[in-house]
Amino acid sequence: MGQRVLLTSKEISIILHRLACQLIEKHGDFSNSVIIGIQPRGKYLADRLIELLKTEYNIADLRAGYLDITFFRDDFRTADRTMEASETTIDFVVDDKKVIFVDDVLYTGRSIRSALTAIQSFGRPSEVELLVLIDRRFSRHLPIQPDYRGRQVDSINDDFVKVNWKEKDGEDSILLINNTTA
Amino acid sequence: MSELSVNHLLGIKYINESDIRLIFETADHFKEVISRPIKKVPSLQHITIANIFFENSTRTKLSFELAQKRLSADVLSFSAAQSSVKKGETLIDTVNNILAMKVDMVVMRHSSPGAAHFLANNVEASIINAGDGAHEHPTQALLDCYSIREKLGDVTGKKVVIVGDILHSRVALSNIYALKMLGAEVKVCGPKTLIPRYIESLGVGVASDLRNALQWCGVANMLRVQNERMDVSYFPSVREYSQQYGVDRRLLESLDKEIVIMHPGPINRGVEITSDVADSSQSVILNQVENGVAIRMAVIYLLASKIK
Repeated sequence: MGQRVLLTSKEISIILHRLACQLIEKHGDFSNSVIIGIQPRGKYLADRLIELLKTEYNIADLRAGYLDITFFRDDFRTADRTMEASETTIDFVVDDKKVIFVDDVLYTGRSIRSALTAIQSFGRPSEVELLVLIDRRFSRHLPIQPDYRGRQVDSINDDFVKVNWKEKDGEDSILLINNTTA
Repeated sequence: MSELSVNHLLGIKYINESDIRLIFETADHFKEVISRPIKKVPSLQHITIANIFFENSTRTKLSFELAQKRLSADVLSFSAAQSSVKKGETLIDTVNNILAMKVDMVVMRHSSPGAAHFLANNVEASIINAGDGAHEHPTQALLDCYSIREKLGDVTGKKVVIVGDILHSRVALSNIYALKMLGAEVKVCGPKTLIPRYIESLGVGVASDLRNALQWCGVANMLRVQNERMDVSYFPSVREYSQQYGVDRRLLESLDKEIVIMHPGPINRGVEITSDVADSSQSVILNQVENGVAIRMAVIYLLASKIK
């Protein structure tokens, strides 16, 4: 088992600023756009982006929430263990809004498929976009691609991408962990 | 701990505190789900559930059905009154015929204590006890404790008095087990004839004076007098019962604190509580009904996730 650093703290910071600028380029003052962090791990990335947009780019009125997709997953029947849910906090309806899903890693695309179904419980968005920090290319099970990506990674299925956040894991870093034994 | 320790919910006695906490945490998520504009999740779209009610029920049956539909399960509902049970079919034959239609879970209410156990031991399906005679009614106790937790922040350390017909009440027994497991202090209060002997062995106190009991507690759970289970007369008259064990506004106002009033329904207005108490801000009766759906969604979801 080996691991290598995909992104350092400094690189993550630069990428977050770039992603924030790309969002502003598309969504302006966010008057008709909402950011939805996909639970559990997309929450941290969403929080960081929201903080940046508010403090560095003066987006004052930014609506955001967290969406848990546990009850919308397609593997309830085949899962070995009971799947534990996280909190959903969306205190607005998304009718005719531009929704930006935010998640840390895009892998098979199944979580985003679940999120696309789950968000319908809160209305009918005019548009849904996807922002991810790490896009694991060539691993998709479904035709889902990100609109904004931090870094694209070529990895095999035995690899595991670990995203560490300062507030949860002590430091900002992204590691590629290889589980295959030589 | 993210899994129930059991494959069936037969009674509170057979689960543990971690199970109850897990059910509450899961119910928190489902409470949020049922407050959404669209209140349905697709988790159980591959699961079929039969609701078999050999006894009358309004809110429990509706609550289970709604919980199942909110989880996208396929639901069969069966009432004994319109079934072949009337033609002499046995319980096992009835249930096995239903299971032959590929049913994964059975929610059953039956007048015989132990009926749910019997079923769990004899058929291949996950069983939820929706009330078995005067034995247990676990989902009612779970939603009662959940409602206390919601209103007062926690159940641990709270003082709860259960008032009325303890002898015939499955709600009382399940509530006693659940409240004690979660660390509440419990007293029962009612006519001596309706308090089971040896009830103290469950770790509960017995009070004969209602006013003193209400003054002691933070929560009063008012039970219905179960006339349908009474073969002899346990008290002289309904009027005398309501005078001694009924709660009215005047009695509540004579206390030096505000207590929470609960009732599992159906209410006999003017007997165990008066209308002005049932409809007051101290009453959480309708919250109990609302929480019942979330609790039953949680129980069904957690049990269904163990079906292989």
